[in-house]
Amino acid sequence: MRKIIIASSFFLLSVFAWGQNVQKKGVLSGNFQLDGTYYTDTTSTKARPELYGINAYGNFNYTYGNFSAGLRYELYQPPMMGYDMRYKGFGMPYAYLTYRSDNMTFTLGNFYEQFGSGMILRSYEEKTLGYDNAMEGVSVKYKPYRGIYLKGLVGKQRSFWETNGLVRGIDGEFIVNDIFKIESEKIPYFTLGGSFVSKYQDPTNTLLYLPANVAAGAARMGVLYKKINLSGEYVYKANDPGADNNFIYKKGEGLLINATYSTKGLGIYLTAKRLDNMYFRSDRNAAGTAYLINNPPAVAQEHTYSLSAMYPFATQANGEMGLQSSIAYKFKKKSLLGGKYGTKVTLSYSDVYDIKRTAIDENTAIGEKGTMGYTSSFAELGQHMYVDANIKIHKKLSKKLKGSFIQQYQEFDNTIFHVGDYHSTIYTNISVLDITYKINKHNAIRTELEHLYTEQDKGSWAMLMLEYTVSPHWFFVVWDQWNYGNPIASDKEHFYNVSFGYIKNSNRIQLSYGKQREGVVCAGGVCRFVPAFEGLMISLTSTF
Amino acid sequence: MRKILLSFLGVFAFTLTMAQTSIPTVTIKTVDGKPFITSNIKNDGPIIIDFWATWCKPCVKELNAISEDYEDWVEETGVKIYAVSVDNARTSARVAPFVNSNEWEYEVLLDPNSDFKRAMNVVNVPHIFIFNKKGELVEQHTAYNEGDEEHLLELLKKLAKE
Repeated sequence: MRKIIIASSFFLLSVFAWGQNVQKKGVLSGNFQLDGTYYTDTTSTKARPELYGINAYGNFNYTYGNFSAGLRYELYQPPMMGYDMRYKGFGMPYAYLTYRSDNMTFTLGNFYEQFGSGMILRSYEEKTLGYDNAMEGVSVKYKPYRGIYLKGLVGKQRSFWETNGLVRGIDGEFIVNDIFKIESEKIPYFTLGGSFVSKYQDPTNTLLYLPANVAAGAARMGVLYKKINLSGEYVYKANDPGADNNFIYKKGEGLLINATYSTKGLGIYLTAKRLDNMYFRSDRNAAGTAYLINNPPAVAQEHTYSLSAMYPFATQANGEMGLQSSIAYKFKKKSLLGGKYGTKVTLSYSDVYDIKRTAIDENTAIGEKGTMGYTSSFAELGQHMYVDANIKIHKKLSKKLKGSFIQQYQEFDNTIFHVGDYHSTIYTNISVLDITYKINKHNAIRTELEHLYTEQDKGSWAMLMLEYTVSPHWFFVVWDQWNYGNPIASDKEHFYNVSFGYIKNSNRIQLSYGKQREGVVCAGGVCRFVPAFEGLMISLTSTF
Repeated sequence: MRKILLSFLGVFAFTLTMAQTSIPTVTIKTVDGKPFITSNIKNDGPIIIDFWATWCKPCVKELNAISEDYEDWVEETGVKIYAVSVDNARTSARVAPFVNSNEWEYEVLLDPNSDFKRAMNVVNVPHIFIFNKKGELVEQHTAYNEGDEEHLLELLKKLAKE
């Protein structure tokens, strides 16, 4: 049925396009990505029959005036290791038809959407995570008056190759200064917003009374005044017993506050967040990343250097409260600390706790199935789960030489995050030195020296990376990560990688061979586990 | 499945098709969080749209490298750079202080749910699009190698003369 609708839409679009204006041209654009690995280490592929994995997809978008239509074909045959095996297969999970006029946009088919910060609803894709909860249904965006932005949607959600669940939502954003035509910069710029989201699922469990409809509401506001920007969102969810919270009837809530102050050369940032029982899925029995309706932003800093990212923070939607702050300052050129080119120093700090849970009465255990679960005071801290304090210094020394140095301290409660098999808190001290030397106009060498010191888990690590680039086409990279501090002598392994690639405009191809350590890849507080493997990898991307 | 592909082909048969040449219309946000419609990306000279993120090292490197000489670039070529951050809600509030502490003078936009990124078919950041005075796409480039900005400046000089 769906296929027929899409097919006929394309047909109508083409006829309409033809009929409207022969002179006007349609625009076709798209992209393509293919990642493949051939696994040479058969011990790591014991669990699967195939010695290789291929993830590939291509998007095609066609725009003609106010109309656009597009589709994506995906193939995971089989998926690469570390991606959910439920992706195995191929097909076309994404197709849409959109009409856009000045004040109204509507989409039929698949679409992505976010309300506010995403604490109540966020439909998105993140290919590095193998995450895609695209909606299938109808989405409308309408601007009835200046400064008023309304959105509405009804749809099912994608989970791997299935589409299920039922989600309905509306969202409004009101730019107060636009509505009242206030243009003076002396008056603070106010934004107000609100969302309502409801999901429906047949109550199939006969032992418990389960709500078929679960509603959630959110309110947000923002104030911008000169160099200060304050914003906050509060979300409330009605009782939603499910696998995430062991079928308790407690309400869920979340609060997020952001404050920034910045002026040329200085940036200060503070965020505070509290989440209580805020998993929100269109299938109450789902787990992992399946059928998630919302995506509360993670409160800790995201790291990109390999060893800094070894113990990554993941959002704990069942309960967390924490803050993150950062101050960045650029010492001026020709000052004492700035030197000839200036020096940028960034201090960052993240600290996250669990929420404090108290039993509802003497006879009920905390979180007992079928009860109200627990009570939680808004201001009380629970178990400490995460600390990250780091300083980053970025300096250009000469026209040819520049570099960054990072020193980082981390406390990581692995009874909560479960990275590997270690069941206690991991304390790490991490140092990173990243130096780039520009040989001449087109040739440059970059090196990363990283060290992670810890007495827990697998012990300390050292890493060396060398990269040689020839602008604009070529790059060559080698690295080695050495787990020299592993308490088990036979596990003091080297994990290495050799790769090179070619870039031409918007096309990029990379070939590499390496031995990958077991680890966790994260984006936006959502993580996926990647098992150890050895193999030959190819990666190809293109935009057209 | 086949029907869809066939009708997609039908579209091309009926209408003359060109590759992406202009900027699709999507509502995103300014760095301060105000709504911004991408059809307002305009300039009398060449335009660069640079997709980046605070967590992307090569992106920041590229924008830092251009930033050192950006005033000269604007003077010589009349270029305007729109730096579109694809940071999600986790980091999008950090973009303004990040940009300011780097002393960047670009027009910075926020695309927290990747709507504009998807419309422009960007796979990975950094990805830059270069448009001429008429708003036609001249070149696009993915990834960043040290020294790429030299090539970019040469292209902009050529476009400025057109």
